[in-house]
Amino acid sequence: MSVLDSKIPEGPLAEKWTNHKNNINLVNPANKRNIDIIVIGTGLAGGSAAATLAELGYNVKTFCYQDSPRRAHSIAAQGGINASKNYQGDGDSDYRLFYDTVKGGDYRSREGNVYRLAEVSGNIIDQCVAQGVPFAREYGGYLDNRSFGGVLVSRTFYAKGQTGQQLLLGAYAAMNRQINRGKIKAYNRHEMMDVVLVGGKARGIIARNMVTGEIERHSGHAVVLASGGYGNVFYLSTNAMGSNVMAAWRAHRRGAYFANPCYTQIHPTCIPVSGDHQSKLTLMSESLRNDGRIWVPKKKEDAEKISKGELKPTQLKEEDRDYYLERRYPAFGNLVPRDVASRAAKERCDAGFGVNKTGQAVFLDFGSAFERYGKEKAYTSGHKDPSKEEILKLGKEVVEAKYGNLFQMYEKITAQNPYETPMMIYPAVHYTMGGLWVDYNLQTTIPGCYSAGEANFSDHGANRLGASALMQGLADGYFVLPYTIGDYLSKDIRTGAIPTDSPEFDAAEKDVTDRINKLMNAGGNHSVDTYHKKLGKIMWDKCGMSRNAEGLKEAIKEIAELREDFWKNVKVPGTADSKNAELEKAGRVADFLELGELFAKDALHREESCGGHFREEYQTEEGEALRDDENFKYVAAWEFAGNPSDAILHKEDLVFKNIELKTRSYK
Amino acid sequence: MKLTLKIWRQKNAEAKGKFVDYQIDGVDGDMSFLEMLDVLNEQLVAKGEDTVEFDHDCREGICGSCSLQINGEPHGPEKLVATCQLHMRSFKDGDTIVIEPFRAKAFPVIKDLVVDRSSFDRIQQSWGYISVNTSGNTIDANTIPVEKEKADASFNAATCIGCGACVAACKNASAMLFTSAKVSQYALLPQGRVEATERVKAMVRQMDEEGFGNCTNTGACEIECPKGISLENIARMNREFLSATTKS
Amino acid sequence: MGGFLKSSIARKFAMALSELFLVFFLLQHFTINFTSVFGPGLFNQWSHFMGTNFFVQFLLQPVLILGVVFHFIMGFVLEYNNRQARPVKYKKFNGSANTTWMSRNMIWTGLVVLAFLGLHFYDFWFPEIAHKYMEVNPDDPSRYYPELVAKFQDPWRVILYVISFVFLSLHLLHGFSSSFQSVGWHSKNKEGIRKSTVAFSIIIPLGFIFIALFHYINNV
Repeated sequence: MSVLDSKIPEGPLAEKWTNHKNNINLVNPANKRNIDIIVIGTGLAGGSAAATLAELGYNVKTFCYQDSPRRAHSIAAQGGINASKNYQGDGDSDYRLFYDTVKGGDYRSREGNVYRLAEVSGNIIDQCVAQGVPFAREYGGYLDNRSFGGVLVSRTFYAKGQTGQQLLLGAYAAMNRQINRGKIKAYNRHEMMDVVLVGGKARGIIARNMVTGEIERHSGHAVVLASGGYGNVFYLSTNAMGSNVMAAWRAHRRGAYFANPCYTQIHPTCIPVSGDHQSKLTLMSESLRNDGRIWVPKKKEDAEKISKGELKPTQLKEEDRDYYLERRYPAFGNLVPRDVASRAAKERCDAGFGVNKTGQAVFLDFGSAFERYGKEKAYTSGHKDPSKEEILKLGKEVVEAKYGNLFQMYEKITAQNPYETPMMIYPAVHYTMGGLWVDYNLQTTIPGCYSAGEANFSDHGANRLGASALMQGLADGYFVLPYTIGDYLSKDIRTGAIPTDSPEFDAAEKDVTDRINKLMNAGGNHSVDTYHKKLGKIMWDKCGMSRNAEGLKEAIKEIAELREDFWKNVKVPGTADSKNAELEKAGRVADFLELGELFAKDALHREESCGGHFREEYQTEEGEALRDDENFKYVAAWEFAGNPSDAILHKEDLVFKNIELKTRSYK
Repeated sequence: MKLTLKIWRQKNAEAKGKFVDYQIDGVDGDMSFLEMLDVLNEQLVAKGEDTVEFDHDCREGICGSCSLQINGEPHGPEKLVATCQLHMRSFKDGDTIVIEPFRAKAFPVIKDLVVDRSSFDRIQQSWGYISVNTSGNTIDANTIPVEKEKADASFNAATCIGCGACVAACKNASAMLFTSAKVSQYALLPQGRVEATERVKAMVRQMDEEGFGNCTNTGACEIECPKGISLENIARMNREFLSATTKS
Repeated sequence: MGGFLKSSIARKFAMALSELFLVFFLLQHFTINFTSVFGPGLFNQWSHFMGTNFFVQFLLQPVLILGVVFHFIMGFVLEYNNRQARPVKYKKFNGSANTTWMSRNMIWTGLVVLAFLGLHFYDFWFPEIAHKYMEVNPDDPSRYYPELVAKFQDPWRVILYVISFVFLSLHLLHGFSSSFQSVGWHSKNKEGIRKSTVAFSIIIPLGFIFIALFHYINNV
């Protein structure tokens, strides 16, 4: 077990980043023209990194599996992006954003990285506004903010419920500018199949053209992996159907350590599963918890009646309802952080109080919000003695103005009117805090291989706060990676173009074609989805919202068996030399089948509960998470060694000099 | 629910395509349209046949990948939804559903129901941006106040998901709604005004070069747009373009 | 101008301008014709002015003809381009779900109006030009009304005129309001524009139908 060097610069917290920038090597503009960089993924991190690198003068090639860079799944982020602008004058600062993020992450992230994130957060907003991102504004014409879970200030910038879309289109526009200048060459409908190492350094990739099936070689002086998270290992998640771990996992197999794979965020407010046909889950913005109250019936028989449709939730009297978050966490109530809210919902449903036919749903009720807003509205508009109906009508109007699009989306999916009957929600896999281990420069353990955004492990610790993913993706892409990568590339100014006919490329390409042939010729009779669903079930049941040693051990065994079966019995129809969605899925699921095992191993080894990782053995008497700072205050980075379960653990000890470690309490 | 699907099958861009009929049983009203196609594909895999290729990704109506012409309408009969948000409860037992790719010269078929929409990318590469460096060293975000009404209108135009339903619905396969949404987003903001003249000319030139048809103001695009992008944007682009042309 | 007309928006703009010009002409034509309902006096007087005024004859008339020719040729060119933009047609195209019949069939309503123009020129314009400029007849300010009435004695002609005006109305119902959009008119008053163009598109052709029927019935 070695100790990893995170390369965090010396000096006081607030000066680390500036000092670092002042001291790292740069590449002069004339030399940048001779350096090629490959960027995998075109979401917020990849798109913004590609744009900035090209703008600096490097030759950039981008790769994405979608038909356009604009479709990366960053586009689906709803709520907003945090920045310590303190426009509201409510006492926000870089330090406060830093503090909230470290605390929210349950003290499992690096101080240096998180402070840098807070430091550049304001620049993101400046940058995006200059690019024409239409953030929400107040009547005075200045930017508006909203508040999000787990913090005490209003620092979230937003564009209705489509903030991710607007930010991504901004990064995409910046990319387009560079494509127009010929500095970026975009390879869309291309999937990275492997990373190529020459002399121990990342020097290129093997990609598959998803239209023609051609296997292509691309070389570069550095490779940036911004390929997103691996939530789809659970099959059902709020990720896009194509979101996958292939790029990160291939790099892991070639020597990049994978950090904290077990840290998964389960988002509490998603639309529940409606049946076996379900292919993905839809998130309802966290902002709904500002006004919605979460409850289940107090009596089991009522829950049964409701789930059978014999009793309407609106008929249940106030005293027969259990507002369990308000009961358990009086201080934060319905606004506890995501991990806490999710576990509480699961606890109630497991105990038999679920309210839909699958027993896996709780109510998110706006009844009291209608009443409160209705009264207020009636009062301010001079209505002295409004009737109950009038109050309800006015209240619904206010709620519609605030969350209209979300209510509409809910109704489209469920065919239930959330103004008349409470919404039903259930937690779903949403984000993965784990990922490729990177140092302060965002470099993985493979020299020349960098990772940004959700694909890397940095910044969020064991739990991510709302509206922080967009911030991290853009910070990495616009402001961090383009500078830190120069330090590495400064040694490459005399290298010249990397040839793609070297034995290393030959070998990597052969590996890729062999793997594809193996998938095409497995000759079994089970579809890829069959395996993916089975894997998802193991993951959800045994590595989901709460975990225990026994379940995790079973999971490791079951996943290994499933993987073996997959390679023998999977069936991929069609041919490899044309567009073939089944083949694409097969490659991705094959990697999930390896990652899942490492995930369980990591969860098993971490004998504590922190953030998104809840081990049933480590909880307080009241069922709250029990962290073990003495033994687990480190990043677990895994080195590939053949089988996922044989992975070798490397530790990076987390040092907290500017923040005091405390137990998170939301009581 | 039992349905008959008439699906366009085409091996690749060069091949000649044809409609193939499929029977599908056990369709649940709560399924999305794409989940219904998943079920069909599972059946095809079991039979060892090639699955039906279709574009899809986020399945929550925001990425703009899905692109089917369903019973003669892009994204099917419901309004303000993408195909992934269309649920099977919109259909009846025994229905026959015709599923075609979006058809336009500028959207050539790649395979089955998958079309190449890179023409949209090229339009945006032709000045569909504000030329600002991404150094972050711009002015503070609150230096220039923007009228809320204009900021909101800009946002509404910017919600375009680039799915191509406007082109698919238009009898002329015109891309005016798409292009005008992008032109409008920037034209409405002070920071976008600086290059407005050159932008609209470049984007319209590229749009024309891609082989889209002309706008004849039928309004089909606005009605079929999953995000409800308004025709007002087309009027604005016409105005912007005409004044840009007279300026030079 | 040629370069300008290469762009799709400029073509639509030119199309809209010619359209608005033709709409204006239609209004003027209708106003004069309508006076015939009240007898020969005013009608003859105005017709004589239009038929002999230098400005009208040698400036407005050529512009009008150019406008008409341009409108038709451009209409065909655009229709051809638009058909090229979708080489493989849909098997099923549910146009009625999102558009009006009028907006989808401008080429057909336009062709009917073009055919009608042929008839109309044969009926009035060619004889008029022949009368004035080839045969060089003496000036007769009272000949217009009898010529008009005479034409509407044939029931078949009246029927053809009525049908054509119905098509003109259909053409206008889409075309008139559409031209505002093409020139980039700010549509804050969208409903107002729509309502008034719809009214115009129905009332003017109806008026023409009324005039034709009036003279036919009056003289049966």
